[in-house]
Amino acid sequence: MSGAVPSTPVVHKGMPRSKRGAAGSRAPIWFIAPALTAYAAIVLVPNFQGLGFSVTDWDGFGRDWSLVGFDNFAGLVGDRNTLRAVGNTILLTAIVTVGQNLVGLLLALGLHSQVKSRYVLRLVFFLPVVLTPIVAGFLWKYLLAPTGTVNQVLEAIGLGALQQNWLGDPDIAIYSICVAIIWQGAGYSMVIYLAGLQGVPEDTLEAAALDGAGPIRRTVSVVIPLINGAIVVNVLLTLISGLKQFDTVFAMTEGGPSGSTETMATIVYKTAFTLLEYPTALAQGVVLTVIVGVLAFAQYRLTQRKALA
Amino acid sequence: MNRYTRRTLALEAGLILAAAVFMVPFVVLISVALRDTNAPIGFLGFTWPLNFGNLAIAWTESAMGASLINSAVITITSVVLIILLSSMAAYTITRRTARWSRGVFYLFLAGFLFPGQLAMVPLYLSFAQAGLVGSPIPVILINVAGFLPFAIFLYSAFLRDLPKDYEEAAALDGARPSRAFAVIVFPLLRPVTGTIAILCALSVWNDFFTPLLYLSGGSSATAPLSVFKFVGLYGAQWHLVFSALIISVLPILAAYFIMQRFIIRGFASGLKG
Repeated sequence: MSGAVPSTPVVHKGMPRSKRGAAGSRAPIWFIAPALTAYAAIVLVPNFQGLGFSVTDWDGFGRDWSLVGFDNFAGLVGDRNTLRAVGNTILLTAIVTVGQNLVGLLLALGLHSQVKSRYVLRLVFFLPVVLTPIVAGFLWKYLLAPTGTVNQVLEAIGLGALQQNWLGDPDIAIYSICVAIIWQGAGYSMVIYLAGLQGVPEDTLEAAALDGAGPIRRTVSVVIPLINGAIVVNVLLTLISGLKQFDTVFAMTEGGPSGSTETMATIVYKTAFTLLEYPTALAQGVVLTVIVGVLAFAQYRLTQRKALA
Repeated sequence: MNRYTRRTLALEAGLILAAAVFMVPFVVLISVALRDTNAPIGFLGFTWPLNFGNLAIAWTESAMGASLINSAVITITSVVLIILLSSMAAYTITRRTARWSRGVFYLFLAGFLFPGQLAMVPLYLSFAQAGLVGSPIPVILINVAGFLPFAIFLYSAFLRDLPKDYEEAAALDGARPSRAFAVIVFPLLRPVTGTIAILCALSVWNDFFTPLLYLSGGSSATAPLSVFKFVGLYGAQWHLVFSALIISVLPILAAYFIMQRFIIRGFASGLKG
């Protein structure tokens, strides 16, 4: 390489690049207009309206409103329901992120093998992913009912002592919901891990085996580091969907019993459309948006790097 | 390492067991839906003979037929609009090299940052003012706008690597740019179009929250919303509820078993977005 060539095209991270015919593209500018209009009207403008009105006492109807600064946010800090919803959301997100990734990874490791039924099994494990979340929620509501399938099975195998009121007991309802969410999402994590495992070179594993590493050692020391990208993507996907969780909770408990399974998404909905307290709902919405926005930004940066690699 | 050993057999047995456990909720769904309410309940809730009459009752009582049609209309319209708007926008964004095109690209990407709960209230009040609550239009618009960042991102990634030779040849032959896009470029985008169509169709069909806000009162409920309403009315009669659940997901399950290879691949590749 003798001297840098000045005209080397600079490839900007993540931006659409165009190397040839830079001057002459005649792609019609109006092609952008319909998408941009819809996007601005439905996403950008309402979000900034919401942000703007979150520092006012606007009631959603009148023309009168005044700036109240951060009063709405200060109100959240003292509000037990909001605090509990934030706590529940973090708990649920943590459990689902760990659980779903663990199950998904184990299934993927199992299926990424010589197992004969692997294609059928992949189909089975992925099936819950396509199910409507609210339908999955009602299905699990029945399974976990006091006389539901889970308790029936426990009774039948002589473990009747372990029976619980899975969704009626405020201390365990949120964990029961996590099980349903993990059941539905594990197949999604699994296919992402399977895609990652495709990229693990066979000879690296053989080399490790020749060096005397057993299957568990090979998985932990060789495979896991090599599917780092899939792990990051999966963790962020589950984090974000956990923080936004609404459907399954709403179907299974509607936030109950006595608010013990309320999440950020369910409480924003109720504050706005049951209690009609718009200023509070907007402040809650800002909090949720900031949390999700930061994580989504992290996801974008990380997947972007991966896509360019 | 590629042989089927005793260890592989044990693994296979373990996985089949796990799959059986995974399937239990579906088995229960079917067994309860087809239950004869007068018969003694057997293993996992089955009664014999299976009572398909529940499905017919649930079909009539939940008016699920109309809801399935509403869901289909909303899903198809949304997906067509997403594909049309995002492929056109992504084409110009990637082919134009001016600085503003990069800015527009990042503006769309910013959409990933908004979960929707903040925009919900202002948007609802605007649609209410326009008298559109109860109509499928807000649901379609919200779905379309919500998926534009994802779809534009996927299309842009693909278009970046797509050679321009064909469209340049078409331009030399005198084709207008919009025609060159429609006839030459868009068909070449087929793999991405397929991925976007599958992921968006499934999400739009399964969406519950937006229809809950906009269609609860009206007559254009979607299948998931009708399920929710039906549970509100028949909550204790699980055999009817589960029959309604089955009817509402039949189209997805049919699509899944027909196109499972594409659907799973779509999920695995769409994540790059």
